[in-house]
Formats: sequence, structure tokens, C-alpha cells
Amino acid sequence: MAGRKWLLEPDFLVERDPDRCIQCQVCVRQCANDVHSYDADEEVVRSDSSTCVGCHRCATLCPTGAVSIRRAQLEFRPHGSWTAHALRSIYKQAETGGVLLAAMGTDRTHTVTWDHVLLNASQVTNPSIDPLREPMELLTHLGRKPDRVEFHKGDARKVVTKLEPQLALQVPVMFSAMSYGSISYNASLALAQAAKEAGTFANSGEGGLHQDFRKFGGSMIVQVASGRFGVDVDYLNTCAAVEIKIGQGAKPGIGGHLPGQKVDAAISATRMIPEGTDALSPAPHHDIYSIEDLSQLIYAIKEATTYTKPVSVKIAAVHNISAIASGTVRAGADIVVIDGYRGGTGAAPTVIRDNVGIPIEFAIAAVDSRLRQEGIRHQASLIAAGGIRSSADVVKAIALGADAVYIGSAALVAMGCHLCQKCYTGKCNWGIATQDPYLTRRLNPDIARRRLVNLLQGWALEIKEMMGGMGINAIESLRGNREHLRGVGLSDRELTILGIKAAGE
Amino acid sequence: MKRIVAREEFCIGCRLCEVHCLVQHSKSRKIIKAFRDEREKVVPGIKVESSGHVSFALQCRHCGEAPCIEACMTGAMARDPETGVVLSDPDKCVGCWMCIMVCPVGAVARGANQQVASKCDLCIGVATPVCVANCPNEAIVLEEDDE
Repeated sequence: MAGRKWLLEPDFLVERDPDRCIQCQVCVRQCANDVHSYDADEEVVRSDSSTCVGCHRCATLCPTGAVSIRRAQLEFRPHGSWTAHALRSIYKQAETGGVLLAAMGTDRTHTVTWDHVLLNASQVTNPSIDPLREPMELLTHLGRKPDRVEFHKGDARKVVTKLEPQLALQVPVMFSAMSYGSISYNASLALAQAAKEAGTFANSGEGGLHQDFRKFGGSMIVQVASGRFGVDVDYLNTCAAVEIKIGQGAKPGIGGHLPGQKVDAAISATRMIPEGTDALSPAPHHDIYSIEDLSQLIYAIKEATTYTKPVSVKIAAVHNISAIASGTVRAGADIVVIDGYRGGTGAAPTVIRDNVGIPIEFAIAAVDSRLRQEGIRHQASLIAAGGIRSSADVVKAIALGADAVYIGSAALVAMGCHLCQKCYTGKCNWGIATQDPYLTRRLNPDIARRRLVNLLQGWALEIKEMMGGMGINAIESLRGNREHLRGVGLSDRELTILGIKAAGE
Repeated sequence: MKRIVAREEFCIGCRLCEVHCLVQHSKSRKIIKAFRDEREKVVPGIKVESSGHVSFALQCRHCGEAPCIEACMTGAMARDPETGVVLSDPDKCVGCWMCIMVCPVGAVARGANQQVASKCDLCIGVATPVCVANCPNEAIVLEEDDE
């Protein structure tokens, strides 16, 4: 077992039912981690659990259901503090001496506050609405709204107030930033196509926009991050909106690093960096050390796009988030994206992913409250990101004060991701987080696009059902409508920050 | 007629098409039983060819002007007048292998008993051929051909 770390037991146990296995070797051909192999002498397929990441690719494709994957059964003596996770982390670190890497959102079992918030429904005193019989509006406009509406002095029917550029969403769910490089060409293509088809927006991430995707510019938000990869005036003008990425929920305060081996000819052209070089995103923008500096970049982008596109600023949910968001709005951001600590990533130090930041539920509620108190809530739209798993989470996020949400992990899961959290290895068996030509072809963008559109369609129907139950017929009436939320199992302080009552009140 | 089109850019080389073809043309049509009892008795009419990361599933193209029909001396290889599908009749085939020699894509094989030719029959009686129905990445699709 070459390469096996001697103190590390396998994470998973691969079991093969000999009565069901037909030795067809589909599993052998599908595993990029070399778990399965065919012994030609004995004419039998064998499995070595030591490198299994639990991605289920083999089990999903096995035509007879012969393969099953379980958590490793080797149990440590139970210990409340020294958990298996803590022990394994130390074994791994003692072996390698490096920073432990992780991917996707944190897998730690901190409270998921969405699950402690419940929705209202109409009974007797106010009628619920049947969304299949009556119109139900999900259309959402993102961007700066005017302070007041002014009418023409001579003709009161004419509005003279000029509306700042807006993004129109048919469903209040967008695909969050995932760069071409961190995910494959096919995955990026599917996201762009699905956004266009569903009437929402996909986000290029910080890796530039491939020439092939420029035709989807009307459905794309492009990112300007600390590495400034692929940014030029065409890039800014080809899209629907520009997003300045300050932080990411999975790794607030940390930059990014796309290893050189993933930077092939196409990615090098898209990112505008030499082929084979590491793409390093610094932790800060080196030209942004204050709100005033942020304002300069926002207005530089607005100048470059002749004030035709909303400029968004994405910040990670951290302590004092409401003050930071307030400053961001005052700096001129038209959209503020807040990425909670359960947000995903292609690679982050595990210790950062699991310990830094605050949950999106509290961040979005605190920011919405603060902006309302300051009378500037209308100056920017709020996007909640990081850990949105279902249409119920979307409704709760909007009722807590968001205008719309970003989904990243949920979109990847719709495309086939099984959350094995090994994106950083570049060996994604589902063809999503990889640039290996053997693996990228596994994601047929036609299928992925269809699945993404289905997800958004399903969520839109469910959101309408939930709104109808509350007696609300437009998503705008739900925004910040915390009267429709009740908390269970939350402390008084938590309820106060969320701005919601306890169940029964 | 309908033809199977291989989309090489999405073929993942899993060979599930071969597996399901074998099952469909087995006696039992039950996957585990077919592989246990008939693996050597059935030759799949589809074969995945691969070189490096490129692969695609190859089967009979049911050519408009089929060289195999021209070459067949017994009339075993013939076109079904209704469906346009090129079929090999095992009762007439004498195993001269001229069809294998002339097939431009190499889609005809010797049957498991090494006596008669074996090839894709587009899954007679099934609306969607099993290779198309079971391809996990839609790399084999059934398309209507205007010819």
C-alpha cells in the first residue's frame, strides 16, 4: 500500500457483495482514486478502501448495486473531547507538517439556525392563496433604489426620477461565484446556460470569463477579486453586473491558490496569466485598506462600465458585519452579498473553514436591521449566501431581510456532487471540480443544465406554495417580513438578533 | 429511420452500454444471471473503443448502402423492409465472415459460438435501445435520420 500514511486508517470501508458483482469493471474505470482494480489472474474485481473519499461514483454507476460504502468501522474509544476528527487531524498533520486542506462548506456540527426558524401560514382570519390558481410574483430587482420618486411638475403622470441599473431575477436564487479553474469548463457552461434559461444569474468567480461564455454575458455577474484575474474593460462590459469580492464565507481573510497544474492553455488565456503558473489571489485587495478605497474601486468600475451596471460587493459574514455592510453601502455598492461561514470553497485551510466567520442567518438579520435603522436599506440589495440548502432556507433568508440568495453547493449537488469535500485534489469523480480530461467529460453540460433548471423550477414552485400559505402573493412583501418567522430552541439573545419572536408568541 | 449517434465528447468509457447490451440479448435478461451463466454465450453488439481519455461506443450504423448485405453470399445479412434495420439471420449465416471483412466501421463480430455473425439489432421490440437508455452521460443518443 504505497503512499499510505501509517497512522491513518481509511475514512470509508468499500464493501463488495460477491453474489451481485458481475466483474464488469465499471467501478474500476470510474474511480480516479484507484480504489477498485481488476485482478486478471483471478478474474475478480477487488477494492482497497484506503484511498476511498466516499464520493459514491462507483456505487451510483454499479449496474447491480454490488458496491456499498460505509463509514470506516474502526472505532476509537469514545471521548467527548478527543473525537475521531480531532485525532485524525493530528495524525495527518504529524505526518505532513503542513496546513490541512478542506473543501466545500464546513462539515462541523454547529447549530444550523435555519432549522430553528419556522414559517407561518394563514388560518381562518386571513386567507391563504393557491399559487396554481392565482398569480404569484417572484420577480426580484437587485440594485440601488431611489431615495424618493419625483414626478414631472407639469405632468404628474411622468416619473422624472432616474432608476439606477437593476438586475431582474425570475426566481430569487442565483448561482454563486465558482471560477473556471476551480470547476470544469462543462460545469461553468452548465451554470451559465441554466441561469439564462431560468432567468437568473450565474457568477464567473474570480477566474475571468472564458470567451465561449461571453455570449451568456447578459446572465452573468463577473467578479473582480484580489488577484484581478482576467479583468479588462471587455470583461467588465460583457456582463450584467460586476462583483467585487472582498471575502468568502468559507475562508474569510484568506486568499486563493489555484495550483499551476490546473492552469492549462484555456485557463491561462481566461485568467490572463502564463500557462502552468500558480494563480495566487492575495488575502486583501492591495488597493483597498478602507471604506474610501473600496469606494474608489466601486466608482472606477462604474466609470469603466459607464454607470450601466450595478456593482456588487461580496463580503464574508464576520464579527461587526452590520457596520462593515453599512460602510459598504455608503461606499456606493448597489448590491451587498454576505457569505456566511457555511459557504463553500474549492480549497481552504480546514482550521479556517471550520472556525472563522459567523452564520448567515444572524448576519443577514443584523445587516438588514442596521441598514433599516440607518435609513439606507433601499440603497443596496442584500444577497444571502453560504449554506442555503432548500427552498425553505430561501424563504427564511428573504423573510430575515435578504432580497435574494446565492447557491453554490446546492447547484453543484444538483449537477451530481456528493460533497466528498475533495475538490482541492483535482480528482473529482463527478467531473465538476477538476480539469483532468478523463474526468471533465463525465459532466455532460446538457444534463447538468437540465438538472439545474429543474432545481430552480422546483424551488420556485415550493416558494410560491409557502408564500401562498402565508397569504402573500409577491416576494417583495416577504422581504424582511420577520413577523412570519418564529424561533424554536433559540436563546432570547439569538431571537433578538434575528429579530423574530419565539414559537407561541 | 432512427440511428444511434455516439457523442464522443461525453463518453466516459464506463462500458455500461456493453453490460446492458449483453443482458438484453441474453436468455434470462436478468443482469446477474446473464453474467453468471451466459457471459461467454453472448457478444454485445456495442463496443467501447478508447485511446487515452477519448472513447466512444461503436455499433452497427445500419448503413443505407450496406457493404455487409452486398458481401453476404447466403442472404443472411439483410435489411428489414419495415424498419430499415440491418439484421443477420443466424439460421442462414454460414460463418464466412465476409461481412466482418467489408464492414467499414468494424461493427460486426463473430458470435460467441464462433459460427455465425453477431451485430447490433437496435434492440428489436424495445422503444429505446438499452445502450441509449442506460448511458449515464447521454453519450449515445437515438436520432431520427432523414436519409
